[in-house]
Amino acid sequence: MMENILHTEKITMQFGGVVALYNLTIDVNKGEIVALIGPNGAGKTTAFNCITGVYEPTNGSVSFCGETIVSNHPQGRMKKLYLGEEDKEKLRVIRPTPDKITKLGIARTFQNIRLFKSLTVFENVLVAKHMRAKQNVLTATLRLNWREEKRAREESLALLEEQGLLQYKDDLASSLPYGLQRRLEISRALATEPKLLLLDEPAAGMNPQETQELAEFIVKIKNKYDLTVLMIEHHMDLVMQISDRIYVLDFGKLIAHGTPGEVQKNQRVIDAYLGVADDA
Amino acid sequence: MNEKNININGEITPPDKKNIFFKSVVGFLRKNWIGFTLLAALFAIIFILEQVLSSSSMLFVVLKKGAIYALVAVSMNLLNGFTGLFSLGQAGFMLIGAYTYAIFTIPAEARTAVYQYFDGGIINFTVPVPIALIMAGLAAALFAYLVGLPVLRLKSDYLAIATLGFAEIIRAFFQWDKLGPVTNGSNLLRRFPVFSSTLYPFIVSGICIAIIVLLINSSYGRAFKAIRDDEVAAEAMGINLARHKQLSFTVSSFFAGVGGALLAMYQTTVQAAAFKSAMTYEILLIVVIGGIGSVTGSCLSSFLFIASSEWWLRFLDSETYIGSFKLPLLASGFRKVVFSIIIMVVVLFYSRGIMGTNEISVDALLRFFRKLFRKDSKGEAA
Repeated sequence: MMENILHTEKITMQFGGVVALYNLTIDVNKGEIVALIGPNGAGKTTAFNCITGVYEPTNGSVSFCGETIVSNHPQGRMKKLYLGEEDKEKLRVIRPTPDKITKLGIARTFQNIRLFKSLTVFENVLVAKHMRAKQNVLTATLRLNWREEKRAREESLALLEEQGLLQYKDDLASSLPYGLQRRLEISRALATEPKLLLLDEPAAGMNPQETQELAEFIVKIKNKYDLTVLMIEHHMDLVMQISDRIYVLDFGKLIAHGTPGEVQKNQRVIDAYLGVADDA
Repeated sequence: MNEKNININGEITPPDKKNIFFKSVVGFLRKNWIGFTLLAALFAIIFILEQVLSSSSMLFVVLKKGAIYALVAVSMNLLNGFTGLFSLGQAGFMLIGAYTYAIFTIPAEARTAVYQYFDGGIINFTVPVPIALIMAGLAAALFAYLVGLPVLRLKSDYLAIATLGFAEIIRAFFQWDKLGPVTNGSNLLRRFPVFSSTLYPFIVSGICIAIIVLLINSSYGRAFKAIRDDEVAAEAMGINLARHKQLSFTVSSFFAGVGGALLAMYQTTVQAAAFKSAMTYEILLIVVIGGIGSVTGSCLSSFLFIASSEWWLRFLDSETYIGSFKLPLLASGFRKVVFSIIIMVVVLFYSRGIMGTNEISVDALLRFFRKLFRKDSKGEAA
């Protein structure tokens, strides 16, 4: 029996009069690699932002490991402007900040790499350990938290070693080559000890060789850390190779869903990607 | 003063045995003995200078004021340089600190004279100086916490404008006649305990700066820097933005408050009208010239700034004759012109400040001298 880890229930995200995401319902089961694909502007990153608390969805809810973590219904100005479907019973409003969601066990990377540029590689990973350490500002300042600090350092070093970044430990994050910056961003996300990892275009800007390495890397960390992966990706080789299931978005709507084989044959997906002739 | 933060490198590796604390202290001292020696030497030099030179020497003015401004500049750097919050409220928090200190330390017998228009005021007790210093910090911190709740939602320039506005409001508020029994209205507060030795501001500022450095090098300091570099990513790493910004703002204001109290002691009188936004700009200049994100830079530039504004450029203000020839331009006010030009040049050519984000440390100094020495010996050999 598959254990559901992430479930979004009819998420609609509307900016003013523009509907970026319409009634998106997806399910991710434990241990899966699920891909979210679609042409540019389809709303993939918006979906990520709704799940991680960066945006508050206009309507709909997200549950993680069976617990509702985000939930909203149209309020204020949106009551009039709202174009999506709405349940009769209004959803409870749960709007956590992104740090709370990370703490629950959802980590993410960003489409355009967002490392802490003036910090070293080691510090970048250490920052992720901050939230789970039992400390307050007094104990941290007076170094009474040295046990926690020592543990964080050891864990971070071990993580860097596993990811092959140990030799760059004291380099500035911004001085790393592009591929390694991607890898560091994923390592940093792993340092938050997630159950679910959201990767936003991890292969962007990579050549086929690097993409292949990345595919192996994702499968490796998934098995090693007992993760579930939800990723947005444009490189179809990568998507078809490693994902268990695929969701296809177009103009904010879910147009197809299934295994890589099923999705490849789906006419609507082909239309969305290649366009439909006007006279057809 | 600058040597203070040398000693802290945030590394903690005590062995898991008994006497861990003792051993770690010994290890800490052994690792940083050069820093402590330099620090002791600095204090000794100041002590000797005080015995030798007359106490009215300009040097002591610069050292005292420089030490106080160094503390305030470092506290501003914690906020602007390390957390990336551009706040201009420093003078306001210093004012709160200065007033809190003065109000609670004026001796009971002097109150009738000080509060002559307000029947001796309504506060009739005094607290010891060290406690009053801490109270000064706490009062500023409390106010910062309350101001921070609405204001810290703002970003960059908007935050600067809002904090500047609050500082101005505080200044006006403290001069309000109705508050006279507490703040003495727009009249001076005086006759509170002051320091005479230059070592006093050095020690108090030194301790405060050491605490700030410890904070910066702690897990929280890393979180602050992460927020400065990228708020979105910091939040995705599980850092609660609101809480950490609030924390940085409050801690920074605490030390600005202590700095304000020290300034009150240095000036021997307090008047709200003196804490103008110009004071904040002076501190901002010190931070920028020293290097945004460098503690030692702030300390260094604080002394340089005070020395040039109070001492080294003084001669420009007095009319000077060589024989019967009167030097042109030298007249009252010319000092400020030259000073502004120097600052412009510094900012133009060293846009990242004297130190950038680097720190002076014993290791770096040793490396520097070793390199110098090696170069010399090579030169001799050739």
